[in-house]
Amino acid sequence: MPLLEIKNLTHRFEGLCAVSDFNFTLASNELVGIIGPNGAGKTTVFNLITGVYRATEGSICFSGNELVGRTPHQITKLGIARTFQNIRLFKELTVLDNVRIARYGQAIYSPLEALLHMGRYNAEEKRITDHAMELLSIFKLDDTANERSKNLPYGLQRRLEIARALATDPQLLLLDEPAAGMNPNEIKQLMEFIGWIRKTFQVTIILIEHQMRLVMGICERLVVLDFGATIAEGLPMQIQNNMKVMEAYLGKEMVK
Amino acid sequence: MPKLSAVYNNLLGKYQAVIAHKLFWPIFLTAGLLFSIAASTFDILDLYLQLILIYVGINIILTVSLNLINGYMGEFSIGHAGFMAIGAYIASILTVNIFPSSAITFLFPVAVLAGGLGAALVGLVVAVPSFKTRGDYLAIVTLAFGMIVKSGIENIDVIGGPRGFLGMEKLTNLPWVFFWTILSVWIIRNLVYSKFGRGVLSIREDEIASDLMGVNTRQVKVIAFVVSSFFAGIAGGLFAHTIQYINPRMFDIIKSTDILIMVYMGGIASIAGSILGAFIYTILLEILRPLGVWRMVLMPLMLVLLMIYRPRGIMGMREARLFIPLRDLLASKLWRQKKKEISDAPAGD
Repeated sequence: MPLLEIKNLTHRFEGLCAVSDFNFTLASNELVGIIGPNGAGKTTVFNLITGVYRATEGSICFSGNELVGRTPHQITKLGIARTFQNIRLFKELTVLDNVRIARYGQAIYSPLEALLHMGRYNAEEKRITDHAMELLSIFKLDDTANERSKNLPYGLQRRLEIARALATDPQLLLLDEPAAGMNPNEIKQLMEFIGWIRKTFQVTIILIEHQMRLVMGICERLVVLDFGATIAEGLPMQIQNNMKVMEAYLGKEMVK
Repeated sequence: MPKLSAVYNNLLGKYQAVIAHKLFWPIFLTAGLLFSIAASTFDILDLYLQLILIYVGINIILTVSLNLINGYMGEFSIGHAGFMAIGAYIASILTVNIFPSSAITFLFPVAVLAGGLGAALVGLVVAVPSFKTRGDYLAIVTLAFGMIVKSGIENIDVIGGPRGFLGMEKLTNLPWVFFWTILSVWIIRNLVYSKFGRGVLSIREDEIASDLMGVNTRQVKVIAFVVSSFFAGIAGGLFAHTIQYINPRMFDIIKSTDILIMVYMGGIASIAGSILGAFIYTILLEILRPLGVWRMVLMPLMLVLLMIYRPRGIMGMREARLFIPLRDLLASKLWRQKKKEISDAPAGD
């Protein structure tokens, strides 16, 4: 059974068709890239999977659960986590709290126990705090645990965002343009980093990217979107030589 | 020897924090309780000063509870006085009309609690629009809510309507105010340092990201509104049994604005700030009393200056160490120690 199966997914914003008839299957442990020009509907697909938008038509099935109609936190609990194109950390909060917030579903205690700091509260808080510190140390962020996340340099903020997403214990990780604003050298490091995350945390990854260098280097399979529809799908090598893809990126005249 | 000094600093930091927590609170609570009992039984504190301290306590409860919504959650509620009115009327009706007057001193806390619970129940209803509207729009909803409460009470003739309600005994005294103030500060601080409190803060920072990180934002909002309105109701009950007469106009937009001023002056998302804000505002209003109506010009002017030079208030987004749980205060220190122990352990173990 595939981990994720998207069938006939369509989403319209007041007449504008952002995603039309999108079909996609993903097996466990795959690393797939979604590419396409600006406004092709890539981020919309992520927003539909994670429940930020509710699909107009179609179905999204994640390890046996229908996702359409569920709220984002329910979907997160099922095991899907994501990062954002423009970093969306909780800026004024500490690095530690950013990660602990993502453990909301893993800390098991009632509101009453929270108000009185009694019962399961202490043990659970200790557990999630230890876990968060451990995760931060894996990502070499433990020295900045008490800093406000807005004070971190850009690269560390990106890293923290991935750490925060992994704190929700996902099976599927959605990375939305992780290489945005990075130079070729940093992109090379990021490629190794993503491969390492995949091995260490045993997650399946879908990657949205503009940087061809990155997707060609690490993705096992690529899906190309344009105007909300899939125009090509296949191995990175096949995509590189696909006429339709070149047209979408460069325009018809340029290709001729 | 750099290594030794690092160890020393580490120990010193831990020592200070532990001392601050382990000794300060028991001493402060015992001293406060003894002082408040002594002051209200024996003739050692002027009645006027006692009254000011009672107002300080009530205002701390109102400020800390509103800060939960306006500061920690980043919403803008202007209806806090409405919850206060509900608590005030419920508690007053209970002590005047329902409870036997012989046992009223003992039943007073029950009446105040009932006022809080009544307000909390209404808070539950007000939480619902917060699922759909945010920012300015929720502010309008809470404004409308305040108006509904005021007009509602004005039209219920059994409880006096616009004439107000009287007949309460002066049941609020310093020890009770001290008790309820400490309770509200303790509970709201506990909430803030729990997963629900972090959820409240994350809604303030980025609601969609918060939802996507697994925070049940609806649950968190309901908890915040219910707790906040509960304590506003408690403050209402205490207030009614201090001045022994209430009418709906006391709980209009002006009263809500007063609480807002204390929140923003003290500082958003800060317990220490709320206490400071309530304290300074209440005391200053009394000190400036000789100025007559001009104090209502001077006070807002001070607020304008504060907003220009310190836009987040005195303690905005910062917290006194006393209110931060030891676990959070020492989290990275303890982690560093643990990591050192692991790396120091003999190899091949």
